[in-house]
Amino acid sequence: MPAPQLPGRARTTGRRVLVTGLGTFWGGRIAQALEADPTVDVIIGLDTTEPTVELERTEYVRVDANYSILAKIVRAARVDTIIHTFLVVDPTQMSKRAMHETNVIGTMNLFAAASAPDSTVRNVIVKSATAVYGCTPEDPTWFTEDTPPSRPLRRPIERSLDQVEGYVRDFAEDNPHVVVSLLRFSNVIGTEIETPLTRALELPIVPSMFGFDPRFQFVHEDDVVSSILYVLDNDLSGVYNVAGDGLLPWTEVASLCGKVTFPLPPYLPEALLWPAKQFAGVKLPEEYLNLLRFGRGVDNRKLKQAGFTYDYTSAQAVKAFIEAVRLRRTIGTGPPAYSYERDVEQFFRHSPAVVRDVPAYDRRKR
Amino acid sequence: MPKRVAAIAAAEAIEQVASSDLVHVPSTPRSPARPVVEDDATIRHGDVDEWGRSENMRRIARQLYEPIYSKWFRAEWEGLEKIPTDGGALIVANHAGAIPSDAPAIMHGIEKELERPVYGMADYFFRKVPVVGTMWSRLGGLPAHPDNAYRLLREQKQLVLVFPEGTKGTSKHMSERYQLARFGRGGFVEIAMRAGVPVIPIAVVGAEESMPIVAKVPAVAKAIGIPYMPITANMLALGPLGLVGYFPAKFKLRVLDPVYFNVEPDRERYSKSRIMDESERIRDNIQAALYDMLRERRSIWFG
Repeated sequence: MPAPQLPGRARTTGRRVLVTGLGTFWGGRIAQALEADPTVDVIIGLDTTEPTVELERTEYVRVDANYSILAKIVRAARVDTIIHTFLVVDPTQMSKRAMHETNVIGTMNLFAAASAPDSTVRNVIVKSATAVYGCTPEDPTWFTEDTPPSRPLRRPIERSLDQVEGYVRDFAEDNPHVVVSLLRFSNVIGTEIETPLTRALELPIVPSMFGFDPRFQFVHEDDVVSSILYVLDNDLSGVYNVAGDGLLPWTEVASLCGKVTFPLPPYLPEALLWPAKQFAGVKLPEEYLNLLRFGRGVDNRKLKQAGFTYDYTSAQAVKAFIEAVRLRRTIGTGPPAYSYERDVEQFFRHSPAVVRDVPAYDRRKR
Repeated sequence: MPKRVAAIAAAEAIEQVASSDLVHVPSTPRSPARPVVEDDATIRHGDVDEWGRSENMRRIARQLYEPIYSKWFRAEWEGLEKIPTDGGALIVANHAGAIPSDAPAIMHGIEKELERPVYGMADYFFRKVPVVGTMWSRLGGLPAHPDNAYRLLREQKQLVLVFPEGTKGTSKHMSERYQLARFGRGGFVEIAMRAGVPVIPIAVVGAEESMPIVAKVPAVAKAIGIPYMPITANMLALGPLGLVGYFPAKFKLRVLDPVYFNVEPDRERYSKSRIMDESERIRDNIQAALYDMLRERRSIWFG
């Protein structure tokens, strides 16, 4: 008996994918993974900055922060799939205003372009974060995709992502013919990604909150990429939490990393963090201070029921992270493996002298 | 990416195009197949479960609390066999004492006698208090949220303890002792219906006298953001030590007959009138049992 075919495999024509945030960690990794997929014909990557990873056939287009030129690109390239990875979930990356431009205005323009009357877009995947659930003492131990935040959201990242998700919902409602999926990722950790939490865990002494030891959930960066590809391949629509199994107390996370914790005073911890930020570059925004009090757990069963299998639990992801840190400590990070050179990239992509073959089919999550 | 892996991948890529004799742009190799990772059990350093409960901590607490339970309060159970030894059940009881002494006694008693954990649900207020919140969590406490209760009862088939009176019970003045306050909005009945588990009512006598409230200072409570600020008889008698020093009231705990609802579980909504009726009936039963036990009680201290 033939194996049941997944919808993604049954596709007769190749996908034409637009990836936002190509220069970011996620955009680059998603584009790399898509390049290895023969069913993807065209990959266009947008960003304000140049790609930081080596890409073989992805076309890079430099755009301004809020994608005002997007509608033109979507139309010209007949894009049918948009993977929106360029959402800032780390408040230390940019100012509040810049974050608003990138997240909210960027998403607004993206959906404006995707919902143009002659739009060819049929799939949209948005990479959001579990920060949209907020973080308060009233929270349930596990948030499901339907659990509303316990209190009105008021921190910049939470509100920004909430507004973004509002656009996603509106778009999905107005365009029932488009498969829209919204993935909410828990704290990402792994061998390469850098977040406020990984920076905190790489400090000699890990900050914690006195008298609190909340439980944290992690998702490995490889699971992030493979979940996005899985959702794409299987045309899943709707909202999905993406997080590894299990919750770990923060002190245990630190202990897994071989560190002890330094308790910050639970009242006005900013007083201690200010000098730490000035002199040691320790950035722990209020979203994370709150996480150090109450933590956050999300129910990851919906995506599992849709057939996705995680490679890492929370504990395994933390272990992978600390092993990578130890390796880097010994061998160093070395010079950047790759820098984007426009002319060279153009040559490889467009010169008739280059013979292009189909890359090996190595996507694991089919 | 280790250099060796990159080199191998590049060599493979070149091999693949050897027949075409032409330039090939080697792609950055994707991460090699995931290394064999150990089970969580071998990685983990602690035994804190997903709810925050730690059996190790709980065991230490049991050892420390046992003398208080059996020597100080001389807790005495009646009808313990009505609590199931497996399967989920929602335990409800009357709530008393400025810093309630009934929750630890019930949890300790059931864990000791039935050897199964009890998860105690409390106001989220606990979670905000440094140290106390963490200890509460490690010892099996969790914030009272319907989702938490459902998951524990329905999916994990655990025992869950709630006090439907909430802080209305513990903030009662001494003069109102053993007069049950309102049982919330009947949420506990709805959860038990949805989870398809019985409600097991327990009437507790003794907790009220272990730390009776003689006065309350609402202004202070408001200023420091706590539900109520009691002045207890213990504080008057023992000074600051009164915050932790319970009077040695004799504890008696009577387990009442389990209440089964015989409704289909997992429904979104249940009849509000049925919920309120059931809630009221359970409250009346506990109240009646309390009066009965008080009629039999000859001494606060000796039972």
